[in-house]
Amino acid sequence: MLRAQQYERYARHLALPEIGEKGQKKLGKSRVLIIGTGGLGSPAAYYLAAAGIFTLGLADADVVEPSNLQRQILHFTADLGRKKTASAEEKLKALNPDIQIKTYPVRLTSENARTILGDFDFIIDATDNFPSKILIADACHALKKPYSHAGILRFFGQTMTVIPGQTACYRCVFDSPPEDPKVPQGPLGAVPGIIGSIQAIEAIKYILNIGDLLTNRLLTFDALKMKFREVPVKRNPHCRLCADLHSTITAKPFDNRLPSSEIL
Amino acid sequence: MNIQINGENREISPSQSLSGLIKKLYPRKQRIAVLLNDDMIPVDKQIAHILKEGDRVEILTFAGGG
Repeated sequence: MLRAQQYERYARHLALPEIGEKGQKKLGKSRVLIIGTGGLGSPAAYYLAAAGIFTLGLADADVVEPSNLQRQILHFTADLGRKKTASAEEKLKALNPDIQIKTYPVRLTSENARTILGDFDFIIDATDNFPSKILIADACHALKKPYSHAGILRFFGQTMTVIPGQTACYRCVFDSPPEDPKVPQGPLGAVPGIIGSIQAIEAIKYILNIGDLLTNRLLTFDALKMKFREVPVKRNPHCRLCADLHSTITAKPFDNRLPSSEIL
Repeated sequence: MNIQINGENREISPSQSLSGLIKKLYPRKQRIAVLLNDDMIPVDKQIAHILKEGDRVEILTFAGGG
């Protein structure tokens, strides 16, 4: 049974046959981890908090800097210098006091990934660097956690959803990334706004088992042309991460030194 | 002959290798991922694929920001 104020708060969900009271309770019981509370993580966190995901994890080692304020809408001017996880937690709880926030004000590493990710049902990659994206792909494969991958560059964004062991993973397509750019390459702020919002939708769809996930397809967004495209992607039989169909959770150690050493 | 590049019909000269096409489109060797008819083709294998009529090539960007 929802509380009276919750019937009001989640009325628009309750009105949707695909959600209803049963779905709202499912959302409440689920646990979503957002790795990165920046351009992608801000809209994702806002929408998941608003939707009533009662356990949200936020992982971010950084403090709020001036250049963040152009797009990282969880953080305000008064938060400059503050830990991003603290800034984010405050806004999300003000938006929805029903929720519990677990903060991890640390950088994700191969040492802590197993512990941090282990508590959650769905992972959102809202990071801003390739080694983290590779680490998240590896960790989610090892732990069998479904996740949303996303990446942004200037006016461009892309996202795909991965069910490890079942659908194409990030490394089926994007193995061996380049070095991260040494100078900032944008982005236009609303571009991660769009893509991060899509990531929140994918998390909700996964939890409720509704609609068609962005699995085996990469959604790309060109904001200048204002075009979305969908690129079919398949599980790669030579994928260095997921091609070993016999790997188990314990038999597949992951090491975020591997992708760095492969960067040319 | 006609192929598709990123969903658009394009006319290219026949008997071109995938690697030749990529070098022409991306002379500055940016880091991209290439799919041919939905299969990911790593850089070292691209030379072995000679493009045929109706082939679908997707050239994907490594986007690491967020």
